[in-house]
Amino acid sequence: MAEYDDLDDTGRRDFLLKMTSVVGGAGVVAASVPFVASMNPSAELLAKANTEVDLSGIPEGGMHTVAWQGKPIFILHRTKEEIKAMAVTNGEKDPEPDSERVKKPEWLVVIGVCTHMGCVPNKEGPGWICHCHGSQYDDSGRILRGPAPKNLEVPPYRFIADNKIMIGQA
Amino acid sequence: MASRIIEWIDHRFPLTSFIKHELTDYPTPRNLGYWWNFGFLAGFVLMLQVLTGLFLAMHYKPDAAIAFDSIQHIMRDVNYGWLLRFMHSTGASSFFLVIYIHMARTLYYGSYRSPRELMWWTGQGLLLLLMATAFMGYLLPWGQMSFWGATVITNLFRATPFIGDHVVVWLRGDYAVGDDTLTRFFALHYLFPFLIIGAVVVHLVALHSVKSSNPSGIDLADKDNIPLHPYYTSKDFFGLGVFLILYFIVVFFFPHSVLEPANNVPANPLITPDHIVPEWYFLPFYAILRSVPNMVGGVVAMGLSVMVFAFMPFLDRSRIPGGGRYRPVYRIMFFLFMLDILVLGYVGYVPPTSKTIAIGQVATFFYFGSFVLLPFISRAEDKWLFKRGLPAKIKALIASEEEDKRKRKQR
Repeated sequence: MAEYDDLDDTGRRDFLLKMTSVVGGAGVVAASVPFVASMNPSAELLAKANTEVDLSGIPEGGMHTVAWQGKPIFILHRTKEEIKAMAVTNGEKDPEPDSERVKKPEWLVVIGVCTHMGCVPNKEGPGWICHCHGSQYDDSGRILRGPAPKNLEVPPYRFIADNKIMIGQA
Repeated sequence: MASRIIEWIDHRFPLTSFIKHELTDYPTPRNLGYWWNFGFLAGFVLMLQVLTGLFLAMHYKPDAAIAFDSIQHIMRDVNYGWLLRFMHSTGASSFFLVIYIHMARTLYYGSYRSPRELMWWTGQGLLLLLMATAFMGYLLPWGQMSFWGATVITNLFRATPFIGDHVVVWLRGDYAVGDDTLTRFFALHYLFPFLIIGAVVVHLVALHSVKSSNPSGIDLADKDNIPLHPYYTSKDFFGLGVFLILYFIVVFFFPHSVLEPANNVPANPLITPDHIVPEWYFLPFYAILRSVPNMVGGVVAMGLSVMVFAFMPFLDRSRIPGGGRYRPVYRIMFFLFMLDILVLGYVGYVPPTSKTIAIGQVATFFYFGSFVLLPFISRAEDKWLFKRGLPAKIKALIASEEEDKRKRKQR
């Protein structure tokens, strides 16, 4: 009757079933990696990740918008008064000194994407106002009021000449 | 000859018995009103969208460089392209209108109550699929409103804990909404209707297991049921005629009423339109998103505002069937809730000012408050109605429902 006892031993069967399920599940997860990864930015997009900008055409007090990785970058040539006004405040909701947000105080370079829902804020008076949900930023791109949680982001960039920056490389 | 062919098929496939079981012998309560037409209408609009969408896809190009122009090509050059497009865009709005009425009927008459919870939950899943499909389809014309709508909504996923920024880039396939986003949205916009059809099959299998609810809110005895065909098929088709008249009035005379003028400007990633509004069917939820000052809180509140309906079978603690029909307090709550949704819709539509934000916050509070208070109100109402003495008719209904539940358990 030993044969019957073997057949009734469901513990072994359950164990094999569980192990097969685990291995099979791991296989499905592994197989999904290429599919999920294929939806991330392609090599072509990554290759275009840097933008070189010549600053000499931007007058004092003026702002230019350039595209970097498909996103707008605000480049503000700040006046002496603006620099002074920004140096004495720390922003409101996301305090950060102005000196940590710029490489040279006369050039403010920020990503022009509202940190709330991703709209592009408009330059209005001192600072920016986002029309989607009413967030307000100062001349250092710091959030003053409105639903946005964070300051406008500073992209990685460096000065490759006195009047030229490369956005995308810190 | 025909009968011999059917006999041949029946030997291999349950054709006749299927038609009998699901149509000519399928019992439906004899007291269904026109509010019970909307499930059928939703199924019809789904087919209409699949059909018009298929033919539009033969002319549309999901490439950021030419997508906008291909819509103009459809509107001007393709034979009847304008008709296909207006039928599809009007169809999307009609779909939501029909579904919202279908849901409102379920809420009013308490059709979500036992044993129809799975109907309600599969319906909830269908609503989410419909919303996702409509949202992705809205990007395809590649106009300003398309672009910024997709930007704002994909940005919501930044609220994902820890990996939010990566999730947004992954969804878009780019650092901003771009060509890759458009192409994948097109692929998914084509796929999702098939998921919807699959979910509809589940919804219908569940329906044919628990049968239709009815205005009295209980399962009727056999003598009060009539076959679906021809009684309700004819009623459904009459309703369809009325629907099609209204639908084609919009398609032919007011097609632009469901389209945003700003979407006639090609997408520009560097300029946001001054006033972004979603389509009308998303406005109440958008208003809730804007009403919460905290970003993550807003996203959570918006998600919850759609999903909270799933809790209805648990929140409604009254023993009295028939929903608003026999329950005066629930009826008042229902209509106040509908009014609240209209207020939220208005708040979502207008540009945010301090006044409309305040109104939106009160309306949001009331929206969630209704669900939070429902268990207590429905219990108190139930006690009050029983204490006052129920009419004999309702007592008989409750007794008959208890009887039915007992029978189900025995089966």
